[in-house]
Amino acid sequence: MFNICKIAVRNLMRYKRRTLLTGSLVAIGVVFVLVFISVSGSFKNMMIGQITDSFLGHIQIHKKGYVASLDSLPLTMNLNQKALGKVEKAISETPEIEAYSKRIKFGGMFSNFVETTNVRLNGVYPEDEFKTVPLFLSRIKEGEKAIKPGEILVPELLAKGMKVKVGATVVVIATNRDGSVNGKQFKVGGILESVSGPGGRDGYVHIDDAAEILRMDTPEISEIAIRLKGFDKLHSAFDGLKDKLGTVLNKQGKPAFEVHTWEKLSPFYNIARMIDVMTFFIKLMLIAIVLVSIMNVMVTAVYERIREIGTIAAIGTPPGKIVAMFLIEGFSLGLFGAVVGDILGVVVIFILNAAELTFDFGRQKGLILSPSVSLQDILTISIIVIIISVLASLQPAYKASRMNPIDALRHV
Amino acid sequence: MLLNRKDKPMSLITANNLSKTYAKGELKVEALKSLNFEIEPASFISFVGPSGSGKTTLLNLIGCLDKPTSGTLTVDGTDVSSLNTRMAAAFRGREIGFIFQDFNLIPVLTVYENVGYPLLMVQNTPAAERKKRIDALLEAVGMADKKDKYPDQISGGQKQRVAVARALVTNPKLVLADEPTANLDHKTAYMVIDIMKKMKNELGTTFIFSTHDQKIVGEAEIIYSLEDGELTK
Repeated sequence: MFNICKIAVRNLMRYKRRTLLTGSLVAIGVVFVLVFISVSGSFKNMMIGQITDSFLGHIQIHKKGYVASLDSLPLTMNLNQKALGKVEKAISETPEIEAYSKRIKFGGMFSNFVETTNVRLNGVYPEDEFKTVPLFLSRIKEGEKAIKPGEILVPELLAKGMKVKVGATVVVIATNRDGSVNGKQFKVGGILESVSGPGGRDGYVHIDDAAEILRMDTPEISEIAIRLKGFDKLHSAFDGLKDKLGTVLNKQGKPAFEVHTWEKLSPFYNIARMIDVMTFFIKLMLIAIVLVSIMNVMVTAVYERIREIGTIAAIGTPPGKIVAMFLIEGFSLGLFGAVVGDILGVVVIFILNAAELTFDFGRQKGLILSPSVSLQDILTISIIVIIISVLASLQPAYKASRMNPIDALRHV
Repeated sequence: MLLNRKDKPMSLITANNLSKTYAKGELKVEALKSLNFEIEPASFISFVGPSGSGKTTLLNLIGCLDKPTSGTLTVDGTDVSSLNTRMAAAFRGREIGFIFQDFNLIPVLTVYENVGYPLLMVQNTPAAERKKRIDALLEAVGMADKKDKYPDQISGGQKQRVAVARALVTNPKLVLADEPTANLDHKTAYMVIDIMKKMKNELGTTFIFSTHDQKIVGEAEIIYSLEDGELTK
């Protein structure tokens, strides 16, 4: 095998310029794919991180049917203490879970004593919330980074529209599940930066304040947001929770709870899917580039070396070894392109990181692009390129091995 | 060590009513017409005749590169017309050496590697044995000092000497040479013929070559004349 490799490499070196050009073409393709994967992956991961770590969490649990009615924030679909106990038991039995936060979600009227508008609010236990969505505190643009009883974190657009600042006094009026209206005065504790996605423009209050305004003796929970120990545990944790809670039935004999991953809750998942589809098509383009360029070179190589093929066939070289010679030529060309492309790709990604490019997404400004590529991606791309290079060499190699030595030796 | 086959008693090649017909559309060309001959081991034989007389076709049949249309051809006891492509390749690699008019050395291999190619790629000979045989043959053809040169760095005569060494390195029973001196000047041609004769005497290898060079023909022990696909002598 070593000798076949030696002959293959020498044959490639025989036409240095052509080998270099083809190898460069493959390498450029690899660089583009790696850079695209790293940039799009960085964007995707950053956005997923922003969404899950800022407000959504990795998984959410609600009473069955709540998500479908999310726009109206129905208080009638909250979890009572008994149901909550079952959910907390399931959570405690799921080792992948790092933290969880119980929320009361409700809609109300927000008044600065001059104007009144609608507001969507979350009543939370601050410590649990901060553990579950660790980027939450970084969203507090102004004011103390805390959710204190008697204070409200106002979404920035609302604050701007209602001209309220930190320290201002506002009133929140809400209707409880029985239809009676109640109001409570709050001090604006902070201004909250908006993030993309549903719930990204909600205000926050302490859960005790939420319970008070909604006249709940004990907090009835609308939503439980869950943070996992690792993002890679998403589906195993989801399956575990679904199995545990799926068996709990309501009085109608139907499942009492619904469990959703962030993918089902955020429209950004569709963008992430689109990025994945685009990445797939970019990989297809790379495959096309490699296929066409390697096949072109190998077909030419066979045509140029017909007499040589005739000679080695005449002196008894088995067809399998002739195939191997050309396949290894294609393999070597692919390997060269992949290795050069990988090195250049990593260098380009390093430069992009050093340049600290920023981008805007929705109302989020100045997000710093930090492209990175995993060893797995590099290996995958390299293996794809090498396999396609070998496949592209198959037909020319087969043709060479099947050549009639007499015709080949006669070739001028 | 290279094997000596001088004492081999049987015919090396036997042709019975050997015919080859090429079909070109509806036109059929009879390249060889019912040839009958026997060739003994350790012979030095020349097939002569004008272009188109069937010399190359006959060498192709003997060399298992082609199959007869009718008749039988036995080489070293094997009916070569019955061999499939893979078996024919293996038979060639084992029993037959080839010398070509245009030398046909592999340009990316050195002289040493060209000579060693059949041992390495066809017979998978162990390295020590390979080295011994290559060195012996390069010495014998006077190319030992050029073993690291590539084909484009040596002359035509030197290339053909390398080709002779390559043909003999597997210790074949038979070497076929199609117009081996056609691209050489007379002096070099005689030198190459001398080397082939020397190898025949030393190794007991049968050499069959086709030529229409009358000066070279005189060097053969047995001369077969071909004309329009028929043996005339």
